[in-house]
Amino acid sequence: MTDQAGGSTSTNFLPDSLKGHEAKVAYVAIITLGVLLSFVWSGATRWPQEWVLPLEGWITDGINWLKREAHIFGVQVKDITRAIGATLKLPIKWAEYLLFRGMKPLGLGPLPWVAVTAGVALLGHWIGGIRLAMLCLLSFLYLSFFHLWKDSMQTMAVVLVAVPLAALIGLGLGIWVTRSKRAAKIISPIFDLMQATPHMAYLAPVAAFFAAGPVTALIATVVFAMPPMARCTILGLQTVPSDILESGKMSGCTQRQLLWKVALPSAKRTLMLGLNQVVMQTLAMVVIASIAGQPGLGHKLLYSLQQLRIGLAIEQGIAITLLAIVLDRLTQGFAYREVDHFAATKSFLQRNWHWIAFIAILIVSYVAAEYFREVKILARKQTFSFAREMNDGIREFNKIAYPFLNPFKEWMTTYVLLNIRDFFLWLPWPVFVGTVALAAWRLGKAPVLWLCLALMASFIVTGFWVETMQTTYLVLISGIFCVLIGVPIGIWCSRSERVANITMSVCDTLQTFPSFIYLIPAIMLFNVSIFSNVIAIIPYATVPAIRYTYLGLKGISPVTIEAAKMNGATPSQSLWKVELPIAVPEIMLGINQTIMMALAMTAITALIGSTDLGQEVVRAISTQNYGRGILCGFFIAALGIIADRLIQAWASERKKQLGFNE
Amino acid sequence: MSDIKISCRNMWKVFGANPHAFMNRHNGAPTDEDFKAEGYIGAVRDVSFDVHEGEILMIMGLSGSGKSTVIRCLTRLNDPTSGTMTYEGRDLLAANEEELIDLRRHNMGMVFQNFGLLPHRNVLENVAFPLEMQGMENSKRIARAKEMVDLVGLGGRETYFPGELSGGQQQRVGIARSLAVEPDIWFLDEPFSALDPLIRAEMQDEFIRLQKLLNKTIVFITHDFEEATKLADRIGIMKDGKMVQMDTAEQLVLNPADDYVAKFAKNAPHERIISVGAVMKPAKGKLATSTVPKSAKIGDVAAQVLDSDLPCAVVDDAGKKVGMISRKMISEVLFGERA
Ligand SMILES: Nc1ncnc2c1ncn2[C@@H]1O[C@H](COP(=O)(O)OP(=O)(O)OP(=O)(O)O)[C@@H](O)[C@H]1O
Ligand SMILES: [Mg+2]
Repeated sequence: MTDQAGGSTSTNFLPDSLKGHEAKVAYVAIITLGVLLSFVWSGATRWPQEWVLPLEGWITDGINWLKREAHIFGVQVKDITRAIGATLKLPIKWAEYLLFRGMKPLGLGPLPWVAVTAGVALLGHWIGGIRLAMLCLLSFLYLSFFHLWKDSMQTMAVVLVAVPLAALIGLGLGIWVTRSKRAAKIISPIFDLMQATPHMAYLAPVAAFFAAGPVTALIATVVFAMPPMARCTILGLQTVPSDILESGKMSGCTQRQLLWKVALPSAKRTLMLGLNQVVMQTLAMVVIASIAGQPGLGHKLLYSLQQLRIGLAIEQGIAITLLAIVLDRLTQGFAYREVDHFAATKSFLQRNWHWIAFIAILIVSYVAAEYFREVKILARKQTFSFAREMNDGIREFNKIAYPFLNPFKEWMTTYVLLNIRDFFLWLPWPVFVGTVALAAWRLGKAPVLWLCLALMASFIVTGFWVETMQTTYLVLISGIFCVLIGVPIGIWCSRSERVANITMSVCDTLQTFPSFIYLIPAIMLFNVSIFSNVIAIIPYATVPAIRYTYLGLKGISPVTIEAAKMNGATPSQSLWKVELPIAVPEIMLGINQTIMMALAMTAITALIGSTDLGQEVVRAISTQNYGRGILCGFFIAALGIIADRLIQAWASERKKQLGFNE
Repeated sequence: MSDIKISCRNMWKVFGANPHAFMNRHNGAPTDEDFKAEGYIGAVRDVSFDVHEGEILMIMGLSGSGKSTVIRCLTRLNDPTSGTMTYEGRDLLAANEEELIDLRRHNMGMVFQNFGLLPHRNVLENVAFPLEMQGMENSKRIARAKEMVDLVGLGGRETYFPGELSGGQQQRVGIARSLAVEPDIWFLDEPFSALDPLIRAEMQDEFIRLQKLLNKTIVFITHDFEEATKLADRIGIMKDGKMVQMDTAEQLVLNPADDYVAKFAKNAPHERIISVGAVMKPAKGKLATSTVPKSAKIGDVAAQVLDSDLPCAVVDDAGKKVGMISRKMISEVLFGERA
């Protein structure tokens, strides 16, 4: 013992650390005290009505005041938002003119579907050869022939505007962060928080200031889709080899030339990866933005789901999925495009035939569209729909499957889901807050503790405890299922190359689907119920658990495993005693992402009915209850941030113990 | 003596939190202990030397001895913490951003250890890059770049991308690029270290061929004493940021300043470094009829001297007898005290 040990010099009122058994005692004490408190004070179960902080009303009033009366430098806020709205409306309007409304100012019709389809197929060919061309062609034919063209184009119009906007803003912010230490200090933590914030949370505040429709969708989408681009820009610029930068300087680059001609092009791969993510996030968000009045595929799908028209929902879901896959393959293919060394030796025609063919088709189809309507867009009677047949099929299937599925569903619901839900609803908040706070303090010391306390306080004192717990329990249950399914699959992948290949490509595909899609099979099999919410979450949120488990186990140095073998460990001993413990921090990061995705998806399941925060957001947006929408969106984000901080802190602590460098 | 191209005096480069304050605290000359005590790194310490017009100056030293940092100071990729530098008599440290860019665009060329090629540009575009920065018009710079590509023997691969070339080919591109602007002074930072030995030898020959053609002023960093002796006019040896000795290879071998230099010189092929003049003795006694030139390297005359029973006479350029050299002297160089 050193002489300092006697009197702790810490000015903190908390002890510096707790030993394992002390911590256990502390947890038990907190829980007991909390439960006892709830017996003597009913406010520990339900925050007393008269103490509720009327934040909700204040926010609504504040926004109304901002919208009606506030001035900034003599300009009415109302006029500013109106101006922004009008400015953003313009490009969307043009995209809509181009894709499906027709360019009235120019006296031209919209791009005929024949031309768009051919154009996308040609683009696919240019980027990825005949296979990608076929994928593009068939996907767009599907859109036309299943009478989803106009809705698809309506969705694409926002995507078309949002992607460049989000990409440019992300690029700009990313560049700024790499150039200015101060910007890095301000922006990086904001991005960290944004990453833990689900889609839904973005919609409410935007919807408060802008009218329901494409502009709201656009703004929310851009904000949501921009961070990955910024992150990739930062990563890309920071990893440009110093040799390349210095060779640029020695070539006499000015600072600006160095950025635009050397650094950014060298980081092209990473930037393209960012663009790919922007595109995928954009599509996912535009679809969800249907709850804020964005028409298009998402809206139609939402409607079909709410009407339980499953067949139609499947057709619409397939359309969204196909769009996602096409956009994904196109942007990825573009990043890895092979260059043609001998382009210079080819004739003009050979080099530019894609363009020439497209322009030719465009002109021909425009002219033909004047005479044949079906070139412009197919009429309903020229298209197919198997919705009715599918409905029948599903009904038949459900008839057969009902005896098996229903008892399962009933059992899960009554014995597992409802019990856990009731437990969470019964749980006195001091118990919850106390345990989380103790964990936060043990894992991340004061900063994490205060953050978690502040966030938890926010949903208690505003009277949203019950809704928050509704969300929490769903996330927790789904998260547990995801981990129980995902981690073993990840382990299996690490044992077999073949399984890994198949699983990883399935995971890749699952990740390209916009989250909205996962509602369809859940509803199809289990109707509208809590259980189908869980079922919708699982395939979406299991992916990271699988992936990180696999990568964590794969990443262990072979020497370590061989050493275990030489110490006489059986394969299962090696797995349990050596590999898994080493991979645990990595697996935890996967679980962290799983929980983030489960949270995002839980909010989305609100669209098919639930009583949680997501539902509150949806309802608040449609009833223009801004305060409620913004608060509940914020609470969803707050839950994400609490979980994220706790798990990250734990994983980095554990990594330090294992001696890994971060 | 020819003109001085670039020179530095009392140059220091210190890395750490606040190098200038650190230097001031120690009156501009911190000791090893000061560095250690405060956790600063003295990458370059009090280095002074000149590079003459048309000379090849090699800088050698162990990894981390500060070679790259010296070059990076001379090119102002790093600014020295203290000291002065001149380029053709002009104060190099006084040059502002604009003048510096101009200097790099027209007067300096540099080859990097890891090539530093731009991955998104093909061979021709990489070579043309500095010309593009100069603002040379497109057709002219393509023509010039093509010329350079041919010069380094990469004709026919103009449209390849760096990722599609071997290491040796990539470094040829690096060389072509650095030469495209016709620099007055050429910096090469371990240009061949990343290459395997066979290609390295080939590139060294290539370098000698180019230098014969172009006759540049060169500062060249290497780890390899043999490479240095093969190419250098003078060699500077660095240790812990200090320039321990800068001289001809022969002087480094014969009169090493300390053990460190001696260790570097030890494994060098002495017979190719030491000249007859350096080991000859005053002529006395009976000499063989054949003579050897004073300036010849030992290796070139060894066979001749070893074959003859009597010591050979040494003659200077004018043919005048200036000394003699015996078998014993030769074998001392060849096999002598270099265990
Ligand atoms: N940007 C930097 N920041 C901090 N220390 C640096 C920096 N650059 C170089 N150093 C330190 O300066 C010292 C000299 O580095 P330098 O790169 O000049 O060595 P070198 O002789 O070129 O070595 P090598 O043969 O490995 O290339 C090293 O100790 C290095 O760690
Ligand atoms: Mg170096």
